[in-house]
Amino acid sequence: MRKALAVYRKELRQIRRDRRTLTTIVFVPAFFLLLYGYALNFDIRHIALAVQDRDGTPQSRALVSAFVNSGYFDRVADVYSPAELDRLLDLNTARAALVIPEGFSRDLLNGRMPQVQFLINGDNANTATTVMGYAGNIARSAGATIASDSVEPPAAPVSVEPRIWYNPELRSTLFLVPGLIAYILMITAVISTSLSIVREKESGTMEQVRMAPIDTFSFVVGKSIPYFFISLASAALIIFAAMLLFGLPMRGNWLALLLALSLFIAGALGTGLLISTVAETQQVAFQAAMLSSFLPTLMLSGFIFPISSMPYALQLITHIVPARYFLIALRGIVLKGTPLRLLWPQMVALSIYALLMLTFSSVRLARERR
Amino acid sequence: MADNPRASAEPAAIDVRGLTRRFGQFVAVDKVTFDVRRGEIFGFLGSNGAGKSTTIRMLCGLLKPTSGTATVGGVDVTRDPEGVKRRIGYMSQRFSLYELLTVDQNIEFFGGVYGLDAAKLVERRRFVIDMAGLAGRETTLARDLAGGWRQRLALGCAILHEPAILFLDEPTGGVDPLSRRQFWRLIDALSQSGVTVLVTTHYLDEAERCHRVALIHAGRLAAIGTTTEVKQIFAGRPILEVRTDRSVEAMRLLDGFPEVEKTSLFGTAVHAVLRRGDARAEAIESRLRGLGVAVESITPVVPSLEDVFLDVIDSFSREPAAESEGRSASGRDA
Repeated sequence: MRKALAVYRKELRQIRRDRRTLTTIVFVPAFFLLLYGYALNFDIRHIALAVQDRDGTPQSRALVSAFVNSGYFDRVADVYSPAELDRLLDLNTARAALVIPEGFSRDLLNGRMPQVQFLINGDNANTATTVMGYAGNIARSAGATIASDSVEPPAAPVSVEPRIWYNPELRSTLFLVPGLIAYILMITAVISTSLSIVREKESGTMEQVRMAPIDTFSFVVGKSIPYFFISLASAALIIFAAMLLFGLPMRGNWLALLLALSLFIAGALGTGLLISTVAETQQVAFQAAMLSSFLPTLMLSGFIFPISSMPYALQLITHIVPARYFLIALRGIVLKGTPLRLLWPQMVALSIYALLMLTFSSVRLARERR
Repeated sequence: MADNPRASAEPAAIDVRGLTRRFGQFVAVDKVTFDVRRGEIFGFLGSNGAGKSTTIRMLCGLLKPTSGTATVGGVDVTRDPEGVKRRIGYMSQRFSLYELLTVDQNIEFFGGVYGLDAAKLVERRRFVIDMAGLAGRETTLARDLAGGWRQRLALGCAILHEPAILFLDEPTGGVDPLSRRQFWRLIDALSQSGVTVLVTTHYLDEAERCHRVALIHAGRLAAIGTTTEVKQIFAGRPILEVRTDRSVEAMRLLDGFPEVEKTSLFGTAVHAVLRRGDARAEAIESRLRGLGVAVESITPVVPSLEDVFLDVIDSFSREPAAESEGRSASGRDA
């Protein structure tokens, strides 16, 4: 116990004096939060829209206004020929075009479903899909309004009334912040733990400690507890910052959140320890951490790319990515207020991950000390 | 040199019998046998990769021997490596301190991992600060200490727990001569207080300060004894130091002389080992002059440990299958 405490105190003192580690731990999370929070935004606004209104009636103008007033579209040009439209789309002056045919208002007022043409530049498939969704919704609701303002009631027998739960404004930031937390914890926990041990190998202090009668358990505990609390503080910092800056809600139980965070961090620390038993230089440790932790967390956890739209083989692989379970739990607790008892599969998965990593790394570390 | 305590009847502090370590096919340490008595300063000499560090790592309980036995302070290194660790101090050439901790914090940390209680730590801290001459620098970062102080602090951290046996792995690398002398004075004092010291070194002048030395080459013990004994390898084989303005050419010519066994370059001079017999310096000098070499001086010299070292390596490479028990240097002439 005294030995673990000695390692713990030493580690804290080192971290305090080590500018580089401190910067990594404190500023990288803040930087990432701002970067991803503001720049990585899947909400699409201000799409340059070209309009060809061949109907020229109050009704057709009302439809164009509905598009512009939605806030998603900026009307950049009015065109009068298909050739001109092609040119604008080719030049990328317009990303989308709305073509209202002659007879639009006549059809609408006669209770016939009028057709409008909507052209989208599909070079960015994600954006195109989203824009198409927006356009469809605007056209439907505007069409209904315009029609009901006129004579006949709308003829739609079934209408969909969408209600979006948990994130009614569909702000992608809310969806991204939990992933960001996982990502940042991977950086602070995996990188800083593995580097702290590998640095000791490089400087020779590891050998000196190995010559001392200190057991692996005390060493691992003393070494990882500071990083555990730092990672936890780092997570708290991101969560509170996201609440302040992006209006992240906290609908669930704080204790459940703490549990999820702790399990995930424990696993990440174990991964860092494991890497440090393999790597002899900081560079190798860093690369190993990148490959084993960052990339899977970024690509295969559902942080940015939905797992359900991945190829089947990749979907299978995501089952061994701990961030996948962590994200489900975190989004559940923070955004939906899901009670802990519904998240037990995720908690079990995270526990297994933590247990596996800590056991495996301790065994390797003990063997290395022989 | 202090009194040689090897004559005492006490059990050996370090007792090594047929110690062997293989890494795959490579035999790093090959059936090494020696013992070190309590309070003795025992020098371990050899070039890089000769097997010195591997031997030390086995003796410290860090590496399992492939075969053979070793006891350190009466404890078997294979059976109870943790027991060994409690009894020994270890300091490496890197003076492994925590750069970002102060002098005091380094002492506190190493005291902690050795399990010292608070009262003991206070006492030992005072001792180490005094010994290393670090009074007034307690709050200096280890990073900011000059070489000699770092070295003495590292030594202090290695003996915080008052080990009976101290392993020093090239402890004076990169330290100025004055600090080296100071360091060796500390080692002498420790030895006098009964601490057994096993030290590896490249510096042959340091070897002269050891009570006994062992030469290790290619994993095998090549010679063991006091420095005087070890130099007996050259009994009956005079060494001539030849100074000329063209050492390399002189060396080539000397190699062709029948009475010259071998030559080596020593700074700007050439050392020529003569075969047993009555070869005389004058004869060699005149023949060299006859061949057009301007000889400045040619004098018989007392063999240094370096001569011994080179000779041992040389004879080993000529007889690779030599038996590996440490040959007593004096026994070689018999």
